[in-house]
Amino acid sequence: MQQLPPRRIPTRRTFVAGSLLVTVLPLASAQAAPDTMMAAVKEVTGEAAVRPGRVTLDIPPLVENGNAVPVTVSVESPMTEADHVTAVHVFNEKNPQPHVFNAWLGPRNGKAIVATRIKLADTQKVIAIAETSRGEFWSASADVIVTIAACTEDVN
Amino acid sequence: MANVLINAPGTARKGETIELKALIQHPMETGFRPGADGRLLPRNIITQFTATWNDIEIFRMKMSPAVAANPYVSFFAVASESGTVRLRWTGDRDFSAEGSVTVTVT
Repeated sequence: MQQLPPRRIPTRRTFVAGSLLVTVLPLASAQAAPDTMMAAVKEVTGEAAVRPGRVTLDIPPLVENGNAVPVTVSVESPMTEADHVTAVHVFNEKNPQPHVFNAWLGPRNGKAIVATRIKLADTQKVIAIAETSRGEFWSASADVIVTIAACTEDVN
Repeated sequence: MANVLINAPGTARKGETIELKALIQHPMETGFRPGADGRLLPRNIITQFTATWNDIEIFRMKMSPAVAANPYVSFFAVASESGTVRLRWTGDRDFSAEGSVTVTVT
C-alpha cells in the first residue's frame, strides 16, 4: 500500500502567510498586461518612467459591438509653447496587434483632446499614453468588456 | 475619391479653440479576417492622417488596423488666422484622399 505523504497541518503562521499570498497574487496579475502591449509601449516611452494621471481615457466599460468603440483621450495640459502634449499613443492588450493609434499634437491644438472609433477583438484593457514637451509620460488605462468581438463575423 | 465629411465652425473668434471633426469612407480591412474563400483578406487600411492650417501641419495621426472602418477623428485647433484647413488621408494600395474647409477668423 502506497504511503501518503505526511500531511502538513498549517500552523497559524503559515496560514496567515498563505492567505496573504492569495489576496496579493490576483491583484498583481490583473495589472500585468501581456508582453506584446508592454513591448509596444516601450517602443514609444523607451526607458522613461510612465506615471498614471493627467490623462483621461473615455471609453465605454461595456460595449456590445467591438467593431466601432468610441474612444476619447484628453490630457490636462496648458498646451503652450513651453509646456504641451506632443503625442498621444493608444494601445490594446488582445487585438492581433497592440497598436491602436498614435497622434502628434502641438501648441496649435489648444486642447489635447483626440477622439476616434476603434475595434476591439476581445474583452481587454486599453491604455493611453501622453508624451509632453518636457519629456514626461502620463498614462491612463481602462478595462472594456466586449460582447461581440470585432473580426469574428464572416465576410460575405 | 473617397467620400469625406468634415465638420468645422465656419467662423471663429481669434484665439478661440475650435473642434474639427472628420469622417471618411474606408473599409479599414485589417488583414486578419478570412474572406468567403477562407483565405485572409489582404490588409487595406488608412495609415496616415494629417491636418494643415494654411499649409502648416497642426495634427498628425498614424492609424493601425484597430481603427474602426470609416475612420472618424476629432481634434482641436486654435483659430489663429483665417484660412484653409486641409485634411489628408493616405494608406495602403496608394490610397489618398483630401478634404478642406475654410475658417474665417474674426
